[in-house]
Amino acid sequence: MRFTLNGETRDASSPPMSRLLDVLREEFGLTGTKEGCGEGECGACTVLVDGAPVCSCLVPLVQVEAASVQTIEGLGDDHPLQHEFMNEVGAQCGICTPGMIMAALSLDEHPTLDDIKVALAGNLCRCTGYAAIYRAIMKAKSQ
Amino acid sequence: MRTAISTLAVRGATTVRQALEILHDEERTPIAGATDLFVALNFGTLTMRRFVDIWNVDELRRIAVDGDTLVIGALATYTDLIRSPMIAARLPMLAEASRLVGGPQIQNRGTIGGNIANASPAGDSLPILSAVDAVVVLRSVTGERRVAFRDFYTGYRESVRRRDELIVAVEIPPVPGRQWFRKVGTRAAQAISKVVIAGVRDGQSLRLALGSVAPTVVRARRAEAALAEGRSIDEAVDALRADITPIDDVRSTADYRHLVSANLVRRFLTETR
Ligand SMILES: Cc1cc2nc3c(=O)[nH]c(=O)nc-3n(C[C@H](O)[C@H](O)[C@H](O)COP(=O)(O)OP(=O)(O)OC[C@H]3O[C@@H](n4cnc5c(N)ncnc54)[C@H](O)[C@@H]3O)c2cc1C
Ligand code: FES
Ligand code: FES
Repeated sequence: MRFTLNGETRDASSPPMSRLLDVLREEFGLTGTKEGCGEGECGACTVLVDGAPVCSCLVPLVQVEAASVQTIEGLGDDHPLQHEFMNEVGAQCGICTPGMIMAALSLDEHPTLDDIKVALAGNLCRCTGYAAIYRAIMKAKSQ
Repeated sequence: MRTAISTLAVRGATTVRQALEILHDEERTPIAGATDLFVALNFGTLTMRRFVDIWNVDELRRIAVDGDTLVIGALATYTDLIRSPMIAARLPMLAEASRLVGGPQIQNRGTIGGNIANASPAGDSLPILSAVDAVVVLRSVTGERRVAFRDFYTGYRESVRRRDELIVAVEIPPVPGRQWFRKVGTRAAQAISKVVIAGVRDGQSLRLALGSVAPTVVRARRAEAALAEGRSIDEAVDALRADITPIDDVRSTADYRHLVSANLVRRFLTETR
């Protein structure tokens, strides 16, 4: 099962009905992608498939054959969203943060607060509170 | 996750014909966006073991106008519906409903065919399809048949779809008049409806359908008839009580659903006057 993972061609050997989430974490050791709920509700497992945010807990491996998957690791460690989440203290425990950042990537530059809320409607945070998260995204997307 | 993944078998298809041949050869469950199936898989409640993946059957993604009929391919996702100029022009309430399904991640994967086939009484697209008298297009290796949406469901989570058939599209005849959609849930995103309603009003002609208030989506035939006879809003709302059979469950109560359904019908009638 061949696909593109963070820009590199990779072959996965997990069973075809594996959750993309488990393949990323267990087969490829990319543990930045988190499992919160395992049922599509929390967005902690958000990755991009062909540029679109999806819940990797709901995507069977077989469906990413020949597709391009991007995880939080694919951003490197110098992305404006990462810096602003730190500067604005947009994370406490950090479990939701990779999913928040992957969902925020789909926003155009200079979003309104409403645009941000809509883009993040599928991402839950249980500790930081949304104000700091929205602020971080607003700053990163308005540079 | 509670399902033993390695025991599951899947075959992929890239054309409708391929998928139908696989379904003809042996009993398999189609997988579209997997947003319902994988929730069941994660819960360990999925009983099926053999699947056919139709996600890459691109010919099922088309949204088109054929003569005066809007044809929505079964694999059209909520994101496709939100972005489609044809949906915006002909069935804007479906775009409105799609924006309220899950969050963007679910909208990017969840499909209209999956919503129909999953047959949940809470499926948000279903009252719309009911109110506009949609037609479900089913295909198997032996041919195609068209089933009026009102005849599609036979009971709680049951439909006339045979195991060897795929839903390939849903057809929408022209919808004259005002369209009106409301979903009542705990919040706008990531919430399953407590009551969901769609209505079409064209002068004196009214069509109304509700979800989450009966074992299947329902057309409010008695309320529609009361209004067609020129009776008052109060009388129509009384008639509605017999159209729906809500229950108490984890999301809401029967009483609340009766009250909200009545209020929504009143609001529909006043807002579209
Ligand atoms: C977090 C979350 C939020 C959600 N919010 C909502 C919401 O607000 N409103 C709502 O209505 N739903 C909601 N859902 C449910 C779900 O997203 C929708 O029902 C969606 O439309 C299902 O489509 P799918 O392509 O993902 O279906 P799948 O999971 O792939 O399939 C569902 C069922 O349909 C069958 N099937 C799929 N396509 C076909 C076809 N073409 N022919 C025959 N059978 C087929 C499958 O075999 C399966 O039995 C939500 C789900 C999640 C996880
Ligand atoms: S773990 Fe996938 S949405 Fe929560
Ligand atoms: S930082 Fe802990 S859940 Fe968001």
